Amino acid sequence: MTFTHYARAFWGIVWRELLRFLHQRERFLAALVRPLIWLIIFAAGFRAALGISIIPPYETYITYDVYITPGLLAMIQLFNGMQSSLSMVYDREMGSMRVLLTTPLPRWFLLIARLFAGVLVSLFQVYTFLAIAYLCGVELPLWGYLIALPALILTGMMFGALGMLLSSTIKQLENFAGIMNFVIFPMFFASSALYPLWKMREGSWILYEICFYNPFTWAVELIRFSFYQKMNWEALAVVAICTIVFLGLSVWAYDPSRGIQQRKATAPAGG
Amino acid sequence: MQDSASGSAGTSQPVLSVQNVSYWYGAKQALDDVSFNVYSGRVTALLGPNGAGKSTLFSLITRLFDAPTGRIEIDGHAAAEQGFKILGPLGVVFQQPTLDLDLSVRQNLRYFASLRGLARQEADVLMEKALSSLDMAERIGEKVRALNGGHRRRVEIARALLHSPKLLLLDEPTIGLDDPTRDAIVRHIHKLAASENIGVLWATHLFDEVESDDALVVINKGRVVASGDVAGIEKETGSKSLAEAFRRLTGDKVEEVAA
Repeated sequence: MTFTHYARAFWGIVWRELLRFLHQRERFLAALVRPLIWLIIFAAGFRAALGISIIPPYETYITYDVYITPGLLAMIQLFNGMQSSLSMVYDREMGSMRVLLTTPLPRWFLLIARLFAGVLVSLFQVYTFLAIAYLCGVELPLWGYLIALPALILTGMMFGALGMLLSSTIKQLENFAGIMNFVIFPMFFASSALYPLWKMREGSWILYEICFYNPFTWAVELIRFSFYQKMNWEALAVVAICTIVFLGLSVWAYDPSRGIQQRKATAPAGG
Repeated sequence: MQDSASGSAGTSQPVLSVQNVSYWYGAKQALDDVSFNVYSGRVTALLGPNGAGKSTLFSLITRLFDAPTGRIEIDGHAAAEQGFKILGPLGVVFQQPTLDLDLSVRQNLRYFASLRGLARQEADVLMEKALSSLDMAERIGEKVRALNGGHRRRVEIARALLHSPKLLLLDEPTIGLDDPTRDAIVRHIHKLAASENIGVLWATHLFDEVESDDALVVINKGRVVASGDVAGIEKETGSKSLAEAFRRLTGDKVEEVAA
């Protein structure tokens, strides 16, 4: 196995995922509509009711829609991570994952290539959302759009790895939708996406603790700080460690025969 | 019962060697001490009724499942020692359709070619050759969704041959196809095995897909109940036809499509 083989296979996997994404226009629209509703309707209402005090990384008062934008970017990536994992479970159930797994490439490499492809798709969604948000008057620092890119790649990998870990552990496609809802909404709401942590602490100490230990919070903060060209080292460390742990566990737990084994064990006869 | 499925046994190294392989789904045993060889340039038919363990065996050979017992070697290399590298000389057509319906034939094949490390130009030449041999070259730009079942199967066979494999596995590749398409695929694979010197393992439960000079492994309830050449198995079981031999070996009803 040569480096060229790995490079070609990696590009092939990424290219296929991008092609598939381009064919799924509904998925793209859904990915944009959800955060846009939050931004345009929810944030517009709350901007009048809520004041955000000057907290890092901000150096002046900001509007609520500017505050929640990093959280919405993380939400796009979390949804995309789950969607990519759902597609992996679907591929596993439908058989097309077999084509990938019967190549002479190690599984960890195949899974990482799939993960990276999912991150690229999420970046496409994120920057499209940012463009629409800009047109709606949500302006972030100009250089931030570029400087936040590495942070967005890392957070995309963390959410993709989390989705992969979930898909590695579930046995059947039908179970995945329930798990997605069970993970996505608590992660989003119990984080600093909608309110700063200090405001949470004022409301409930327990909720603050939950938000503090939620990896989603740190992903949001990493994105938020990077847009303002500042580094939140704590957030970087948490996101990097979570990415490594989620990815390691998902590679370890990934079993292509999951589901098949279950069906065969309970079926009267198998091929 | 012979140990090997091929008449070439003892004269050359098998391209696939399965030795003493057993497998369980939970408490249910799917394969019981299965052994046979497949040799280059010849089709070995893995004949067995539904539920005999053919697909399980394919999953073990392709490393989708790990074999808990026994030894599987592809082109002289064992999975236990070489890991996923042993899948290099392997081409597979699964029983389940595995093409991406929303992509074109070209995109599906290019994707596979990249997984096999082929450069795009090289892949395009090989695609043209493989599709032409199956009369599918003109459909290369079409979406797979627009193709009928027979044409999709041909594309899957072309895909499995792109990287010039030494061993081709076909898991009931003609399921759901009409007779003319089935015959064409059977003929093409037999011709290909001889002309390209590929070892072919063809899992089926249909006798008319087995030709008289094929090597044969009959499997039933997870056990190899006979192996050798067709004439030898007929003689061994005192049968006048393969269908009769199969009935005697498995105790099952013979399929209506039997030749």
